[in-house]
Amino acid sequence: MSDSHELSRRDFIKVTTGIVGGLIGAIVGLPSIYYLIDPALRAGGKEAWIPIGKFEDMQPGKPYAFSFTRVQVNGWERTASSFGGYAIRKSDNPAELLILNSRCTHLACTVNWSEDAQAYICPCHDAKFSMEGEVMDGPPPRPLDTYAEHRFTEDGIIEIFFKEG
Amino acid sequence: MWKNLYAWLDERIGLNDLYTNMLDRPEPKTSWWNTLGSASMFLFILQGLTGIFLTVYYTPSPDHAYDSITYIMEGVAFGWLIRGIHHWGATLMVLVVFIHMLRVFMTASFKYPRELTWLIGIGLFLTTLGMGFTGYLLPWNQKSFWATTVGTQIAGTVPFLGEFILKALRGGPDLSALTLQRFFSAHIWMIPAILAAFIGIHLFLIIKHGESHWPRKED
Repeated sequence: MSDSHELSRRDFIKVTTGIVGGLIGAIVGLPSIYYLIDPALRAGGKEAWIPIGKFEDMQPGKPYAFSFTRVQVNGWERTASSFGGYAIRKSDNPAELLILNSRCTHLACTVNWSEDAQAYICPCHDAKFSMEGEVMDGPPPRPLDTYAEHRFTEDGIIEIFFKEG
Repeated sequence: MWKNLYAWLDERIGLNDLYTNMLDRPEPKTSWWNTLGSASMFLFILQGLTGIFLTVYYTPSPDHAYDSITYIMEGVAFGWLIRGIHHWGATLMVLVVFIHMLRVFMTASFKYPRELTWLIGIGLFLTTLGMGFTGYLLPWNQKSFWATTVGTQIAGTVPFLGEFILKALRGGPDLSALTLQRFFSAHIWMIPAILAAFIGIHLFLIIKHGESHWPRKED
């Protein structure tokens, strides 16, 4: 005890408890964090071409509504998620088709076309978008998103390019 | 600055007294057998933490219980570790609590003035067994299903009240979704609440009376 180089029994116990406790804490604690955030680290982003309808069925000046579901395996269960949008035919040129995503750019509720208001209205916070997707009223920070890529199949069906989030 | 903060806190909640009474109190000469109570409490905390983590993925429904546990074991990162610790920790806890109880009996530590500490301890042992019994059903596999069938059937042999006890445990005459749900509720809320309260009283009494010394020849 008198020798300052030697550790007292009490200090030895304290140091040992600290080291062993720290080790156990790290061995169990660090994997626990990984365990918790594991679903957030999964790779998503599967890509697909989704058929939405025929060009002839779309009338100029009237949004054409379409919707589709995608099935994903989440954990031990298959979950179906719904997506949708509106195709707006501007002219007889199929390349000029505008395809909007009906997911509100504010907080991701689904907007609906209202014939009376001539606008897409979001039920959550009363946002209003014009037929072309521009913000007319409410909190959204930017116009409705678009499905930028589309193609035609041999049967004349329009398919949009979709990437899972 | 930290010294000032510590002094401020100590003046108001008595940190020094807490430390002295809980970790630095005088003890009679004892042995490693006297560490089993602390070991039991460590295991309780470990079971509590791993159990909380398991509820992130586990689903107490006949449709999903088995699949969700398979997912924990094979799909989630380190799920096997968390459930492994909970699974083996459970067995170890029953063992350690039992040996702790045996040591208290052998050293006659249950005598005056520690009778209540002993009685609460019996409660702690029984609730620990209750945790084991209710937790065993949760994987909802063949083994746990039939173990609970047998266990609740045994409880049903109590004279007069047997049928009522059996139905109360199972939530009906047979094992069902209700059984799984109420066993889950008991396992994560009711029994742990009792267990934690008992541990609090047990610890208070131990700190109040201190460890008992080992019996001497003249005792």
